[in-house]
Amino acid sequence: MTYQWDFHVVGQYLDLFLWGLVYTIVYTIGSIVIGIVLGAAVCGARLSSFVALRGIARVYQELFRCTPLLVQLLWVYYALPLLIGATIDNRVAALLTLACYVGAFYSEIFRSGIVSIDKGQREAAAALGMSRSQSLRRIILPQAIKRMLPSFINQSVIQFKNTSLISVISVADLAYMASVVNGQTYRPLESYTVMAVFYIAMLLPLTQMADYIEKRLRVSD
Amino acid sequence: MTDTATDAPILEAIGIRKSFGPLEVLKGIDLSLTRGEVVALIGPSGSGKSTFIRCMNMLETPTDGTLRFRCRAIGDRFEDRGDMIGIGTLRRHVGMVFQHFNLFPHMTVLQNVVEGPLTVLREPRREAEERARDLLSQVGLSQKCDAYPAHLSGGQKQRVAIARALAMQPEVLLLDEVTSALDPELVGEVLAVIRRLGEAGMTMAIVTHEMAFAADVAKRVLFFDKGVVAAEGTPDEIITHPRSERLQGFLARFHE
Repeated sequence: MTYQWDFHVVGQYLDLFLWGLVYTIVYTIGSIVIGIVLGAAVCGARLSSFVALRGIARVYQELFRCTPLLVQLLWVYYALPLLIGATIDNRVAALLTLACYVGAFYSEIFRSGIVSIDKGQREAAAALGMSRSQSLRRIILPQAIKRMLPSFINQSVIQFKNTSLISVISVADLAYMASVVNGQTYRPLESYTVMAVFYIAMLLPLTQMADYIEKRLRVSD
Repeated sequence: MTDTATDAPILEAIGIRKSFGPLEVLKGIDLSLTRGEVVALIGPSGSGKSTFIRCMNMLETPTDGTLRFRCRAIGDRFEDRGDMIGIGTLRRHVGMVFQHFNLFPHMTVLQNVVEGPLTVLREPRREAEERARDLLSQVGLSQKCDAYPAHLSGGQKQRVAIARALAMQPEVLLLDEVTSALDPELVGEVLAVIRRLGEAGMTMAIVTHEMAFAADVAKRVLFFDKGVVAAEGTPDEIITHPRSERLQGFLARFHE
């Protein structure tokens, strides 16, 4: 039996897919921006000399790195409201959970980038009379960011795909829209193929760019 | 700047002790550097000479003892506070050159040399670059201003590192085994630069394994052994005609 592909029916719902794509992009970028701020703060806490601060940062990192994102989304949306006695908007829950999740990974990427810089660099900066912040800004970060970039892009690509999980708490992203279209047309093969093609079309240029950047950086080292 | 008498010490270490955990690597070291003086620190590896020179600009915090810059004690903070001089102030006046150069790989040679004056001293760029170019030509590297450290030989890197330290116009220069990581044929060019600095009146403390060089440039030599200064004197007394057996044994290895 050969399957009769029919993209025409699904194509009528193109505007739904596009709306879903917009949501996916907004949640990706939004969670990445918040995640960077969060990751930088947690990285700073991990590297600080305060034991308590380091401990809290560590707990946060492990909590979000060692539980599946799906579990986090369900917990924040369904369980947390019972604890705090107030409902949480599903879009807020989705954005915050995504941000906390990626922030935990970013903080570790930032931290390992910074500690990978030879301690002679810090000493040379210190010997010139630089303060800690001057040394960080002028000497350590410019070198560390270069080393972080490939892992950072990689994690961000994963984040883009991870946003598909927010469909389980009814946020109308690309994956959610695909299931809506499937429900309307009874055409799962076409609906989910179109969805997959959208993801590939968005991410292929990004992964290619990451490869290119990595090669460029290796040359200049 | 106040004009101090020529024989007043610029940088003075009194009773410096340093422990790493249970291991005491410095057991009370005294050294005072007067203006224009060149002192060589020699001794077997692990004797504490590098740790000591790193205490002199507070890259290592001494466990005990006092460090004084122009007769004022150094505090444990970065900024000056009351009578105490801050670590930041100390380091602005006391330059250091490292064994492994530690050049900033993301900056060109010229950027390396102007970094201190621009960021720390907040000098105008034109002034800083002018002096940097002048220093680079003094160390024979005016052709390399726009090169990155990765494209330089070890000897060239170390000469850039010396120029970078000098760009801060330091009153004292600390040199920590600056030729130990170099191929033998590149040692000479670096030593020549340091020798000229000494002749020009730069105050220096030099940790080195180059005995002939130490005997040549230093006015005073300190022999470190097991965390103490086991012998101290002129190059003639310490290197050319050593009296103690321990010192003779140490030096014998360099005559093979």
